[in-house]
Amino acid sequence: MELLAVLALPLLGFLLLALFGAKRAAPELNIAVSFATLLAAALLVLRVELHGPILVWHDQFFVDAFNVFLVGLTAFVGFTTALFSRPYMRIEEFHGRLTPQRLRLYHAMYQLFMAAMLLALLTNNMGLLWVAMEAATLSTVLLVSLYRTRASLEAAWKYFILCGVGIAQALFGTILLYFAAEKALGREGMTALLWTHLNTVKGQLEPRVLGLAFVFLLVGYGTKVGLAPLHNWLPDAHAEGPTPVSAVLSGLLLNVALYAVVRCKVLVEGSIGSQLPSRMLMAFGLLSAVLAAFFLWRQKDIKRLFGYSSIEHMGIITFAFGLGGPVANFAAMLHMTVHSLTKSSIFFTAGHASQKAGTQQMDGIRGLLDTNPTIGWGLLLGSFAILGMPPFGVFASEFLILTTAMRVHPWTTPLLLIALGVAFAAIFARVQPMVFGDSEAKPLPHSPALVPVFIHLAIVLTLGVYMPPALAGWYRAAARLIG
Amino acid sequence: MRDITVVRQFGEVVLAIAIAPLFVGWIAQCRAWMQNRSAPLLRQTYRMLRKLFDKDAAMAATASPLFRTTPYILFGTMVLAAAIIPSLATDLPFAHAADAIALIGLFATARVFLSLAAMDIGTAFGTMGARREMMVGFLAEPALLMVLFNAFLLYGSTALPSLVDGYRAHPTVIDPSAIFAAVAFVMVLLAENARIPIDNPATHLELTMIHEAALLEYSARHLALLEWASGLKLFNYACIGFALFLPWGIATNGADSGTALLISIAALLAKLVVAGAALALVESLSAKLRIFRAPEFLAMAFLLAVLGLLVHLLLGTKLA
Amino acid sequence: MTAHAYTVPILNLLAACLLLISFAMLSRRRTQRLVTLFAWQGTILFLSTCLVAYSSGLREIYYSAALTLLLKVIGLPLILHRLIYRLGAQWDSETVVNIPLTMLVGLVLVIFAFGLAQPISMMATTITRNTLGIALAVILLSFLMMITRRKAVTQVIGFLAMENGLFFAATSATYGMPMVVELGIALDLLVGVFILGLFFFQIREQFESLDLSNLESLKED
Repeated sequence: MELLAVLALPLLGFLLLALFGAKRAAPELNIAVSFATLLAAALLVLRVELHGPILVWHDQFFVDAFNVFLVGLTAFVGFTTALFSRPYMRIEEFHGRLTPQRLRLYHAMYQLFMAAMLLALLTNNMGLLWVAMEAATLSTVLLVSLYRTRASLEAAWKYFILCGVGIAQALFGTILLYFAAEKALGREGMTALLWTHLNTVKGQLEPRVLGLAFVFLLVGYGTKVGLAPLHNWLPDAHAEGPTPVSAVLSGLLLNVALYAVVRCKVLVEGSIGSQLPSRMLMAFGLLSAVLAAFFLWRQKDIKRLFGYSSIEHMGIITFAFGLGGPVANFAAMLHMTVHSLTKSSIFFTAGHASQKAGTQQMDGIRGLLDTNPTIGWGLLLGSFAILGMPPFGVFASEFLILTTAMRVHPWTTPLLLIALGVAFAAIFARVQPMVFGDSEAKPLPHSPALVPVFIHLAIVLTLGVYMPPALAGWYRAAARLIG
Repeated sequence: MRDITVVRQFGEVVLAIAIAPLFVGWIAQCRAWMQNRSAPLLRQTYRMLRKLFDKDAAMAATASPLFRTTPYILFGTMVLAAAIIPSLATDLPFAHAADAIALIGLFATARVFLSLAAMDIGTAFGTMGARREMMVGFLAEPALLMVLFNAFLLYGSTALPSLVDGYRAHPTVIDPSAIFAAVAFVMVLLAENARIPIDNPATHLELTMIHEAALLEYSARHLALLEWASGLKLFNYACIGFALFLPWGIATNGADSGTALLISIAALLAKLVVAGAALALVESLSAKLRIFRAPEFLAMAFLLAVLGLLVHLLLGTKLA
Repeated sequence: MTAHAYTVPILNLLAACLLLISFAMLSRRRTQRLVTLFAWQGTILFLSTCLVAYSSGLREIYYSAALTLLLKVIGLPLILHRLIYRLGAQWDSETVVNIPLTMLVGLVLVIFAFGLAQPISMMATTITRNTLGIALAVILLSFLMMITRRKAVTQVIGFLAMENGLFFAATSATYGMPMVVELGIALDLLVGVFILGLFFFQIREQFESLDLSNLESLKED
């Protein structure tokens, strides 16, 4: 029931906003729908927490500790981003960058994007997972090109083509998976693509086929995670799309894509009985983290900078999932959570900061603490958080990942430390002059919505200082599921 | 018993010599129809040959004996090739004289003579034509060889009669690689016979011509023989194509009853009619390529043939 | 001889045609020709799907064959033709492509695909097992086309051709995916083409050309 609501509410919101998205109250409607989705998701979380995993509708949908945590996170960040986007988009409209018609497109696609992501998380069918991922891509393509400028069109085109090609590889992987599964499960009753069913028979699946399938799936979904060397679309899409879209792309879509990769990894590792998929995750993760850290140095655009930071963090999370074991998985999921929250709050502040300065170039953004202390403090604290300063939650998860890496694969720790250090220096060197210094920027026409920023940062802080036992137990359960 | 096969061999050659101009005429007619022009008569080619034979030959003062003898050599090689190619029956005496690779060599010999003769007079056009002719030949031969290797992979032989026989043992199977080989073969055929994407047999536009430039200095009976030889060459190529890809109706036993032979003659004519129309269609649909694009065209033919080999290795129906 | 004995060679033949069309696409410069070739590819896909449906006796494959016919033979080529017409791009052609080199790379890709698919093909029980390599080759070739071409429409055709290859892989290796998934894929594809169609107009409006070499300003410098 809650599951149906979680899926149906954003879809309903899509229809409503497609009809009324140009109206004055559309942002409020967007918030209302997102809030309703969040409530439904919370109920779903509660239910899974109390009664354990659920499997409904001919086993087509499946909720366990692992995906319900992402559902909760997605619904939450979806809601806060909706809160943030209300004044942000009004300011954009005031600045003449958007028309009511575009806003309608934005609101409708936003809800469709949420629906697609939630479907991808909740479905038990690996084929539907693919369909939902593709739908998420399609809906965000229009969001990235919302401003219709040359740069945004280019970014959206690159995004579409690169992710389209990537996701086609994932489809080939899914076909191979089905090909192997069909032998073990048969064609009847459409069970051969259901993850739960596959998971029970994974020992019988043909290892060579699954090995090849995993390569394709990793390349395919990995493109969407933004893993190097397939990350090219990510900074462009983040920099050229509207800020709320950057926030949900970084905070949510990357997570969902990574979720798909991890689900596949569980199956494949069970089948081929070797560590190869984990090793591949580690390699891709490490490469992304290191590469992105060095690219950070060269950025001039504030959203691009944090786009690369997302690549770095997704690399770290992927690496942690590759390490495997309860501690690393626990840390990976914690990092997913805190990264989502922190990164979206950074994008919120960065969006307002660049609105104020009238440019996304970091050289043009100066003296935020002076002109608008809340934005300035938000950006400063968010940057501290994302850089892994204690006592924020990112520190805790990164610390766990590093210690595990040191224990299991000591040679990786220096690389990770280099990546973290370089990223720290690069981001700090750029954020510091933006926050301090003088500026004569004009005040914004609408007051910015910075409540979400501080809610997010507060949660991240709490998670760093005190982990509620219920939450910890839940993470642990999810970590055990992934194995 | 031996006598009758010799007689039939003779008959096959005579038929080839007789039909070749008709085939050229038929293609010209089809092309005219497809391009909404009024078509020349079928016997137009014969009339032109007769006209040329009736004329007195003029010859450049600098011409060497090579220049004089080349038309006869060319015609002779084409007739020999026609005798070797099993257009009607597979076990005629000449058929086993050479396999397909030797046939390519035979065609190459003809080309060498033609090029030498074209350069013999020393005019600019002749030399240019010779050079271009050699270039096309040089590029087309590897592609043709690849097509033949493809056939070899299929039936374990490069002798055309054994190919036909091998095919008849498994009449229902079309190997997927044959598609690639056939497309490549048609491309080679067009290039080798100076047809449209590479050369235009109908013009004397000086900058684009290849084959015509080589013949420019010839007149009267020499020209007639050369035209006839190039008609025969086209006919020969068509027959190689039939033997490789459409060997229906070719009599297996040259000493058989007359009916088998009659059937094979009828089949040959039918195939020529269809192939002529198809060639005319291809020629009408494509535009002539610039000469610099000819290597590209032939490289594509070569790659297609190689691809045929690959496809055969993966999908090929295992025969023999 | 049963019907089955003929099915495999015919399917192999169709698979070879599919590959041939992929190469033809690589060798064509004119955008409009590519759409026609794409429609032909769809037709062959339709025929092969019908054949698979017939020989396996599974009803749902007929549905997906019908879907192919509607979407890939009629729908998408029609949309693309109209798009090209409305964009005035009938005479567009690529100029900078080195075709023999592309074909050579394509050949290497085919070898790669065959090598990759060989061990899997051995395990397939479906009648069409050998064609998995071809399907993979078609996917890679379309990929190659997308990389080498600079026109927006051409890239999209490459994208669609890749999907054709995927569909062929699905039918050849597994008798098609479950219907829900196939419907979802078809829907995504259709929506994708519509979005890209919108994009063409926006790109042309902004850049006054559909040449993607304009779209190279976002780089790391």
